Amino acid sequence: MSKQGKMDCGRRRLIVATAAVGGVGAIAALVPFVSSLLPSERAKAAGAPVEVDISKLEPGQMMTVEWRGKPVWIINRTKEMLETLTKLADAVADPKSEKNMQPAYAQNDTRSIKPEMMVVVGICTHLGCSPSSKFKSGADEGMPGDWLGGFLCPCHGSTFDFAGRVYKSKPAPTNLEVPPHVYLSDTRIMIGEDKKGA
Amino acid sequence: MAGGNFEKYKSDGSLPGNLLEWVDARFPATSMWKGHLSEYYCPKNFNFWYFFGSLALLVLVIQIVTGIFLTMHYKPDAALNASGVPIAFASVEYIMRDVPGGWLIRYMHSTGASAFFIVVYLHMFRGLLYGSYRKPRELTWLFGVGIFLVLMGEAFFGYLLPWGQMSYWGAQVIVNLFGAIPVIGNDLSILIRGDFVVGDATLNRFFSFHVIAFPLVLVGLVAAHVLALHETGSNNPDGIEIKANKDANGIPLDGIPFHPYYTVKDIVGVVVFLMVFSLVLFFAPEGAGYFLETPNFYPADPLKTPNHIAPVWYFTPYYSILRAIVWNFFGLDAKFWGVVAMGASVVIFAFLPWLDRSPVKSIRYRGPIYKTMLTLFVICFFILGYLGTLSPSPMGELVSQVCTVFYFGFFLGMPWWSRMDKFKPVPERVTMK
Repeated sequence: MSKQGKMDCGRRRLIVATAAVGGVGAIAALVPFVSSLLPSERAKAAGAPVEVDISKLEPGQMMTVEWRGKPVWIINRTKEMLETLTKLADAVADPKSEKNMQPAYAQNDTRSIKPEMMVVVGICTHLGCSPSSKFKSGADEGMPGDWLGGFLCPCHGSTFDFAGRVYKSKPAPTNLEVPPHVYLSDTRIMIGEDKKGA
Repeated sequence: MAGGNFEKYKSDGSLPGNLLEWVDARFPATSMWKGHLSEYYCPKNFNFWYFFGSLALLVLVIQIVTGIFLTMHYKPDAALNASGVPIAFASVEYIMRDVPGGWLIRYMHSTGASAFFIVVYLHMFRGLLYGSYRKPRELTWLFGVGIFLVLMGEAFFGYLLPWGQMSYWGAQVIVNLFGAIPVIGNDLSILIRGDFVVGDATLNRFFSFHVIAFPLVLVGLVAAHVLALHETGSNNPDGIEIKANKDANGIPLDGIPFHPYYTVKDIVGVVVFLMVFSLVLFFAPEGAGYFLETPNFYPADPLKTPNHIAPVWYFTPYYSILRAIVWNFFGLDAKFWGVVAMGASVVIFAFLPWLDRSPVKSIRYRGPIYKTMLTLFVICFFILGYLGTLSPSPMGELVSQVCTVFYFGFFLGMPWWSRMDKFKPVPERVTMK
């Protein structure tokens, strides 16, 4: 067209305007498709709290329950286990739990409401594997000799103590998450809720 | 060559001749046949390394055909059936045990995935040997890198479908990698999963990507790859242009028509490939735990990670690079840099045409520097691949860090070291070695 000299600027502008409007329309058409990829209403509603009976959990034992599709560990820690927590204050990355990985009522030395009873989401904060329990100390678990017991993530080797605190220089950036939970009675815990009836 | 003008077919008066003339007047049948096959001139000195392009096409066909038949029986459903087994996992077991011939089709598909990567890696290595990515074939190379990326996605989505332990936790780890991207990471990984955890929504969309979205893109890219190749003409082990020497009819002196010469040669490759493929298929379909990993014979359990998880072998070199990055930079987590390094280690292949500054293309006329660098690169690639199959260990971490540095050094230093080499004179015409 330009070779023949005269260009119809009015028509050219119309072409540009049409293409622009069409482009906006095409982008707008993406919205329903992308939004369909987001979690559905059903998925969002699936986060119901879980009630757990811990009366049969002996000291030193651990149980796993499912909450929001994730494993939640409940560990009845012995005195010896709790003692390791103070010994490890220098070995873990965030000994005082300053990063926001727990409700305020679990931001203490044992990261729990009751000192012996640990409630924690068993999902490594690195890439989401579930760490394996390595409760015995040292070589019994194929761990280094100075191992005091805790958890080892099989995927990338992050280690955690009995309060779910991550050791220094490990891939996991933060401690394990403590979910909101509340004691309904001495032997019943509700996981996923802060206060009864809230 | 491919774009050449070919005369329309003229009938000899017979019925098939008339039919072909009718078709050819309405569809470029003759010109496509001639341009891409019977009058597409290839260098006459193709060697062993030139089998793998057509073999990749063969494996693509195997995967598509077996995939179509698997889709008839497979159910992408993470819900538990009456016996408490996830329906997706149970449907794969059903294919393996109850569908007549199902086990064979399934093993062809799972073995085919590994075979695909084997032939594609060898095909890419051929490019490195003979400088096939160099001007004027940069675009062919770029489409090829695109094919490789889509293939990786395709394999990753496919691996979730059996809904075994390794499927589940592998997807969990890889999707969480996207969570390492600052600001948008967490929302992005939720967008990919379609849920807050890997679940039914994830399985269904991965199924959709695996059976339709990615194969469509893959086939389109393969067409573009071949079209771009046929526009420039094929490279050869001497890395010289056969179009530089043509006869009176404009046909390259060192060229022979793809059909029948290379179609017949490729059939030999197909036969040998199918022999090896069948050996694996019938005698070691799990590939000693490398093609189908043992934990994947257990149904997905969101509450328990297997004691040792590793990606399938074709991803392990990049997985090692991911694990090798353990330092925080610029206030961003090591996790993020690991993801960046892993992505970069794949995408960096795309830059080869512009990184390589040597005056010759083929390794035959390059000097000791290229031969040493390429050998070390391949060794590093294998070491990274091997370490990626193992559990993390301090020694492995150190070795993979050394190999990662070399891996990137190979590419990033190439503009300098590829020029410094001693080169041999390049021949005028192709040689038959």
